[in-house]
Amino acid sequence: MRHLLAKDLRILRRSPLLVGLLVAYPILIAVLVGMALSQGPDRPRVAIVNELEDGGAPLTIGGTRVEPSEYASKLFESVDPVKAGSRAEAQRMVRDGEVLAAIIVPRDLLERIQATIALAGARERPTVIVIYNAADPVKRQFVESTINSRVAELNKALSAKLTEIAAGYIDLLLKGGSFSLLGRSFDVIGLERSKRLIDMVLTDTPRGSPDRERLERVSRFAALAIDNLDLAGPVLQSAGSPIEVRRQALDGRRTPLDTYAVAVAVTLSLMLICVLLGAGMLALERDENAFGRLVRGLVSRGTLLAEKIALSAGCAAAAALLLCAGVSAFVPLAWSRLPWWVACLAVAGLAFAALGVAIGALAREVRAASLMAFLLALPIAFMALVPDGAVAGWLSDLLAAIGALFPFRPALTAIDGALNDADGMAGALAHLAALTAGWALLARLALRRFA
Amino acid sequence: MPTATAPALAVTEVGHRFGERWALRGVSFEVAPRETVAIIGPNGAGKTTLLSIIGGALQPTEGSVSRPPRDIGWVPQQSAVYGKLTVRENLALFARLERLPDPDAAVERMLDQTGLRDRADDEVGELSGGGRQRVNIAVGLLSDPDVVLLDEPSASLDPRQRARLWEFVGTLARSGAAVLFTTHDIAEAERYADRVLVLADGELLFQGTPRELHAAVDDDAADIETAFVRFLASRGH
Repeated sequence: MRHLLAKDLRILRRSPLLVGLLVAYPILIAVLVGMALSQGPDRPRVAIVNELEDGGAPLTIGGTRVEPSEYASKLFESVDPVKAGSRAEAQRMVRDGEVLAAIIVPRDLLERIQATIALAGARERPTVIVIYNAADPVKRQFVESTINSRVAELNKALSAKLTEIAAGYIDLLLKGGSFSLLGRSFDVIGLERSKRLIDMVLTDTPRGSPDRERLERVSRFAALAIDNLDLAGPVLQSAGSPIEVRRQALDGRRTPLDTYAVAVAVTLSLMLICVLLGAGMLALERDENAFGRLVRGLVSRGTLLAEKIALSAGCAAAAALLLCAGVSAFVPLAWSRLPWWVACLAVAGLAFAALGVAIGALAREVRAASLMAFLLALPIAFMALVPDGAVAGWLSDLLAAIGALFPFRPALTAIDGALNDADGMAGALAHLAALTAGWALLARLALRRFA
Repeated sequence: MPTATAPALAVTEVGHRFGERWALRGVSFEVAPRETVAIIGPNGAGKTTLLSIIGGALQPTEGSVSRPPRDIGWVPQQSAVYGKLTVRENLALFARLERLPDPDAAVERMLDQTGLRDRADDEVGELSGGGRQRVNIAVGLLSDPDVVLLDEPSASLDPRQRARLWEFVGTLARSGAAVLFTTHDIAEAERYADRVLVLADGELLFQGTPRELHAAVDDDAADIETAFVRFLASRGH
């Protein structure tokens, strides 16, 4: 087998373009996929038309001043704002693709907010206008979700501020204090002090007196109001955000997204190199007419398959390790787990290579084998990356069943386990070993009609 | 010419089936040491299949071959060497895979015998069709076998290269090897073979000298090719 291995390595060394493509292409794909998984989108450029005079005067809510600029920043947190002079200019910028969308802050926005808060019978709700290009459904979805989430954040912040102000009023009503309105200060006695004063008067009022009975009724009302208004604060807080989210992760996965993306990138790279190399190098034996010469007693078919699997797995594992080394410059990886990396890359590589030689044995020609390997490999990876529950239940089960027949999903689990100490590595390695045997057996059967 | 000594190769009742179709059926013959035998027949007769079975590249569905593949030098019709390796590397690879006692010496011997020494360090992919065929033959003969199988050996050669090939084949036979070759060139078979085997539709229809093939149809036949065509027609092919 070593003579064949040496021969194949020599052939690869003399095909630098092929090897370069074979290594560079999967790594490029892997890095792109990894970046797509780990990087959020850049802040989209959004045109802003602020029709408020001087950027918007402060709102006065029950004597409390609220600066609109504090809340406007919520709206612009996830976007790269580009100032536009008018609605027409904003529309032109969207149409020309200079910006993804435009947000119009109408002149009467603050008045409407003020009217809504003051319960002054505003006929229309405060509104901001979003302009976007609906020609591209993906872009439209992105703009809608981005702007909606920002508006939700803005509403939440305003609601919190209103709740805070309302809670202050209730506190004033309960405990008393000073209150200023339209430049004049008022001293508010408060329910608690009112009750104490009434109770003091009651002690001096003779029993059976009609005044005593009336005062006792007022005192009981004050006690009831004090007890229940105590609850008003928490009730207002709940109304502001009625549902609290408490996160609880199951199955123990603790892998951060960026290091999981490294595992995806490495697995993808390993798969493409292994499958393409395994399929291509086996089919090459037939293209060179050497297969017949080899198997006439010089090398058994099983040995030939084993050599191709070892060659592909070895080359791909080496490339994947190089990829890890390169990626570790950007994402911290636990080099102390290197033996696990090597073990998992080797086992996963063997499974992918067995799949590759099966493809090569079935396709029989280098070009057909390469095309078949490529066409098969990418859908397998994408199927395995569809999260459980992201599609209909029966489809999820079907994808899982198909995915179990190919090495990508267990390889990803094993490599994630090796890189990130995630669970499931042992089961995945056993799965990969079974797949290696299965695909190698299929390749051996296919070799019966290979010559 | 055949001798009375034990045959170098005996093929007994060999048959091969591709799916439901029999490509060969009940083929039996012997080849003596120093004898050169040509297998002729129309396209699809089973010539290459027969040589592949004798060479060990195909397993027969039935029948047997007296020598194991390791004792037989097999030169397939299409060049079965690696284009990205040099001539020397190809020879060295197969010499090692054949576990020859001294692979390096075998390589040097074949470079000399096939006149490839000047091109020894060139990649085979850079050689002409004739050059590649010489490498193909050199690899087949590395083990200095007692039986040599050549499948259409002159097909891709120019006249000068053909002459050198047949001179080389003659040398092999004179040195004691039994040579079995297939060809479409009937005149070539008459010129270089001691005996011819006529194969059609997987059946062995005739074995004998070229003169006996003439006699089998018509003594007045102008040439061996005409005799061959008449023979096939007389047998319904």
